[in-house]
Amino acid sequence: MRPVDVLYTPESVASLDYARDLGDPGSFPYTRGLHATGYRGRLWTMRQFAGYGTPEEANERYRRLLEAGGTGLSVAFDLPTLMGRDPDHELSHGEVGKCGVSVASADDMDALLAGIDPGAVSTSMTINSPAAMLLAMYLVVAEGRGVAWDRLNGTLQNDILKEFIAQKEFIYPPRPSIRLVTDVFAFCARHVPRWNTISVSGYHIREAGASAAQELAFTLRSGIEYVQAGIDAGLDVDDFAPRISFFFNAHSDFFEEIAKYRAARRIWARVMTERFKARDPRSWRLRFHAQTAGVTLTAQQPYNNVVRTALQAMSAVLGGTQSLHTNALDEALALPTEGAATRALRTQQILAHETGLAGVVDPLGGSYFVERLTRDVEDEAMAYVEAIDGMGGMVAAIEQGYPQRAIAESAYRYQRAVEAREQVVVGVNALADDHRSPIETLSVDETAETRQRERLEALRARRDGGAVRRTLDAIGAAAVAGDNLMPRLVEAGRAGATVGEMCDALRDVWGEYVEDPII
Amino acid sequence: MGTTIRVVIAKPGLDGHDRGAKVIARALRDAGMEVIYTGLRQTPEQIVVAALQEDADVIGLSILSGAHMHICPRVVELLRAQGLDDVLVVVGGIIPDADVPRLNTLGIQGIFPPGTPMQEIVDFIHRHARTRVGA
Repeated sequence: MRPVDVLYTPESVASLDYARDLGDPGSFPYTRGLHATGYRGRLWTMRQFAGYGTPEEANERYRRLLEAGGTGLSVAFDLPTLMGRDPDHELSHGEVGKCGVSVASADDMDALLAGIDPGAVSTSMTINSPAAMLLAMYLVVAEGRGVAWDRLNGTLQNDILKEFIAQKEFIYPPRPSIRLVTDVFAFCARHVPRWNTISVSGYHIREAGASAAQELAFTLRSGIEYVQAGIDAGLDVDDFAPRISFFFNAHSDFFEEIAKYRAARRIWARVMTERFKARDPRSWRLRFHAQTAGVTLTAQQPYNNVVRTALQAMSAVLGGTQSLHTNALDEALALPTEGAATRALRTQQILAHETGLAGVVDPLGGSYFVERLTRDVEDEAMAYVEAIDGMGGMVAAIEQGYPQRAIAESAYRYQRAVEAREQVVVGVNALADDHRSPIETLSVDETAETRQRERLEALRARRDGGAVRRTLDAIGAAAVAGDNLMPRLVEAGRAGATVGEMCDALRDVWGEYVEDPII
Repeated sequence: MGTTIRVVIAKPGLDGHDRGAKVIARALRDAGMEVIYTGLRQTPEQIVVAALQEDADVIGLSILSGAHMHICPRVVELLRAQGLDDVLVVVGGIIPDADVPRLNTLGIQGIFPPGTPMQEIVDFIHRHARTRVGA
């Protein structure tokens, strides 16, 4: 927990200038929110991250979430897909369909979206190293169903920097990885204009152990790196910056989290106007998704997790999130059962409809405490941003191990505070029960792997192998020539190439990244 | 003369979530053990080779991906094949209760879900690691 004073007074915020530092909701610098009418104009999107097994199984879960009142899809891919390996690769053994759904081809993507109109839903895809490949698969499916690309709504996580910083699902070295990101920016600006081309993510940075200020700083500094990369690639800032979105953690220190979201909007508005001279107000507005903190879920007394999640979700709503995922109570043990996933969705529906939280915009604006905290979190974050600027940017900082080391230190410090009971975790280091009350958990069907391998074998037998080879060669050639890779990936997707094959085509050119671990 | 327990901490499988592995590596080191962290994406074969080369007394596997029932039996099998039956294998991560008995029958008694105090893991290793006289 952040140390705080017992009382905050007008003196705590004496230097605050309403017009300069806050502004009304919908006005620069957007500290109080992006929209003048807050959630009255439009409620946040209830977007529950889900997926496991084969595309058919995941499709069933999505359809049920939509029927239960969910308002957007959020696809969790399995580890082989996230790492750009096909289900029949040796490293995929035992992991196909386990942590998410296995999607290896445009065919799989089509099955994933069976009965769901890509022109009518917004689809968020949590995918990073192979983000461009999975976007290509999605575009091929839309095309096949006669849905024009300019009607598509969705988000590609596509944030490779936080993989090097925290989540570690990288394939290629940082610099060519960033080029894939800017290729998506440029391609979507022309062909898929409503798509959110990146979700710059603090979530995983926080889960890895970062403090709130570190989460904010590393995320926004990554955002700066991507904007600069887009400009360096010859794009006009206002052509791609409005499609940049963010993703933050909703952790347990209630007021600090609210301050973090408010500070995020203020910092980004200033960065975009002052540092990048963006002229389009849409480039100034930091839109974000929030997810409650998985790392705070406990295996002990699992029903307590419902309460933790509700409070974390409440901080995200009070901080003005655009969309929200609430975790299920059993996720310290396994992927959620359907019942637990539904209860998680109900948790945010209760916040939306029963509590009055959505009635007033930025209800905590003007609180001496929250305004002071917003400024403190902003100042702490900006100190990190400046330190990283001094190192030559985020890629350089990553190469020096700076954010990785800072996160490892914070994680260890937190764990020691828990051991010393300076940080109480109810049911874990205090107020523990002697007996564990077992709860039912989901077990993923072990046959998913076999079925996905069989599907893939059938696809390889059915498609025109020569045509696939030519599209894969064209990917490699475009990588060498420095041409935008997206058109080549779409062609390969149409021809029936797999995610693993597309990724291999680029592995051949760029090689693979091996990290030097920092403890 | 003293006894220093040597521990290989490994992240098998494709998952990259290494917070737990790194925190535990540091906690064991602070508790006076010698710790070798293998880094990410190690196959069972690579882990057992590391244990052999490092003369490890303990292998700590960090698995959050649900692949533990594939990885753990393989590591135990390879250890047996190398005659390293006396190397203690412990597992931390997301392990559903239902899988615990099967892991126990493999000889894996130290299973540490989220929320396990670091001290409990240190104590478990002190109690169960093979004893020897250090150099």
